[in-house]
Amino acid sequence: MSSLTVKNLKKSFGSTQVLKGIDLSIEAGQFLTLVGPSGCGKSTLLNIIAGLETPSTGEVWIGDRNVNRLGPKDRDIAMVFQNYALYPNMNVRKNISFGLEMRKVPKGEQDRIIDRVARMLQIEPLLDRKPAQLSGGQRQRVAMGRALARDPKLFLFDEPLSNLDAKLRVNMRAEIKELHQRLGTTIVYVTHDQIEAMTLGDRIAVLHNGEVQQFGSPSDIYENPANRFVAGFIGSPSMNFIPCEVTGSPVSGYGLTMVSEGREFVLKTGADLQSRIGKTVILGIRPEQITHVMASHLEEPFTCAATCPVHLCEPTGPDTLVTTSLNQTKVLARVRPDAAGLLGQDMELMFDLSKAVFFDPDTGSRLGLPLDRAA
Amino acid sequence: MIDRLPGEASQPLARAAIYACLVGTAMYFLAPLLVMALTSVKSMDEIRDGNLLSLPLEPTLAAWAKAWAKMRGFFWNSLLLVVPAVAISTAIGSFNGYVLTKWRFRGSETLFGMLLVGCFIPFQAILLPMARALGQFGLAGTTAGLVAVHVIYGLAFTTLFFRNFYMGLPDELIKAARIDGAGFFTIFWRIVLPLSPPIVVVCVIWQFTQIWNDFLFGVAYSSGESQPITVALNNLVNTSTGVKEYNVDMAAALLAALPTLIVYVLAGKYFVKGLTAGAVKG
Ligand SMILES: Nc1ncnc2c1ncn2[C@@H]1O[C@H](COP(=O)(O)OP(=O)(O)OP(=O)(O)O)[C@@H](O)[C@H]1O
Ligand SMILES: [Mg+2]
Repeated sequence: MSSLTVKNLKKSFGSTQVLKGIDLSIEAGQFLTLVGPSGCGKSTLLNIIAGLETPSTGEVWIGDRNVNRLGPKDRDIAMVFQNYALYPNMNVRKNISFGLEMRKVPKGEQDRIIDRVARMLQIEPLLDRKPAQLSGGQRQRVAMGRALARDPKLFLFDEPLSNLDAKLRVNMRAEIKELHQRLGTTIVYVTHDQIEAMTLGDRIAVLHNGEVQQFGSPSDIYENPANRFVAGFIGSPSMNFIPCEVTGSPVSGYGLTMVSEGREFVLKTGADLQSRIGKTVILGIRPEQITHVMASHLEEPFTCAATCPVHLCEPTGPDTLVTTSLNQTKVLARVRPDAAGLLGQDMELMFDLSKAVFFDPDTGSRLGLPLDRAA
Repeated sequence: MIDRLPGEASQPLARAAIYACLVGTAMYFLAPLLVMALTSVKSMDEIRDGNLLSLPLEPTLAAWAKAWAKMRGFFWNSLLLVVPAVAISTAIGSFNGYVLTKWRFRGSETLFGMLLVGCFIPFQAILLPMARALGQFGLAGTTAGLVAVHVIYGLAFTTLFFRNFYMGLPDELIKAARIDGAGFFTIFWRIVLPLSPPIVVVCVIWQFTQIWNDFLFGVAYSSGESQPITVALNNLVNTSTGVKEYNVDMAAALLAALPTLIVYVLAGKYFVKGLTAGAVKG
């Protein structure tokens, strides 16, 4: 178990720059998830940490060792790949022991380790099968087993669950989390699934266009997104982005003008939008912050109700997603199923702006941060 | 007309027509072989009197015995030539394929492109330069020299076969092995080669047939006692002295063709499989 630091890492393939200066650092035992859309350079970053690719510039530190010049086998890491990459010609036992054999672990010790890993992952009955004779979930376990067999300083996971069906994915996700809590290993976990990133990580790095858009704890990233990209990427369904004009003054507080089918109303906010009075900003508000009206909440400072048309109802079970429209933008609200309005009619929606965020309409950068954060 | 149900292919008449067509085509192609086989077990008297397709009245293996006695030495020559040439060209092709797909380097694609050109160079074009080169290395007229020629000429094909096959092996397999601590050769030996039998079969059959049936290199780069069987067969059939012994010629020709036939029969199934084999699923 070891800490990991990545300093100003850059990588180009030919003339395309894939990573443009990545800085990350986690402590020993932490679980870091790298999340971002397809092609943003997640695998490339992971491969560089593993030593499978060489960076154009920058440093990788595992523990207090600069590993730039070390090959993958000397970095004391283990990796689980998206397609598992089990050796098709070897049975499960051999797959797990191959790495031990390469490191000249004595045979008796190898057997003991295989037993331990097989018990931990419940793959004992599979030990003599070839990978082709395993189901997707079983292969995934074996791939994990191969990584767990050597007690490495650092685990690297490259989208290990993306080939599994939805239910198995949820199960394995929980198992990985449990495994991490039990073993306390340092893990870097790549995913493009923001729910996986949120549930697994102690720390999340959101990657986009080869840059770290934000690096922080899951709650920080969820509640305090650094820019519009992060806000839209994390959370499902996505945050609503509503362009609106700022009114008010520092004394009276600020308001946001909303128009919905000819009806106009103003939402009050506590954010500092002085520089934007009379101009347009993008209001970012998550679907769960727009709900049916709950009288007890209406007392709170930045909560208010308004009548909006119902364009679409999507029951998800626990909640119903209601689509409406504000300032000619599609807006999603999350309401209790029995409170959902009827299609084509109006319903009262309650807007809670206490956690709303604001973005510059042109650059997408965050606006009106509470002063202590605006640094 | 018979009433037909849509999509029903098993109409007796249609079937009969298809079979007739297939049998006819097969016979057309097999007829020469049949004539050869029939002629090889007839005596010379019978050959002079009868017609080509008549069945032998008194089948005899005398011609086969005579042909074998004349060809035996050259048969071994060919075997001594084919086995090392196939083995070496397959081994190097496999190694080339491994490097070109899993350890790419600057210019490896260009190198492969240049290697591919080798597939399209006609035999005749390299005859003279090759003869000179063999002479300089002191290999002219030796079996070793002929092996070298076949290995070099075959490399373009074997490399192409293996390279395309290894393209289908996931790169992650190599990455996983590197992280596990395996080196360049260990990965080749323990991971890549064990996954290669389908393409090895293809390569061996291809090379075996090419080299065994080769005449031009054989006639150009070997001499006298070390000639391969194709050259010896030509010499036998083309002798202008004495009576033409058609039965012996036919038997000798069949002898020369036998090994490739056997290889196809034994491994043909894998040949087709190997050609269509895609990525190995992990
Ligand atoms: N060997 C390579 N040569 C050239 N370009 C490459 C190479 N490897 C990756 N790239 C490019 O680098 C970018 C990042 O690739 P990478 O595999 O890291 O993406 P990713 O974030 O892992 O995406 P995904 O979620 O789809 O796996 C892509 O645009 C890809 O085309
Ligand atoms: Mg990837």
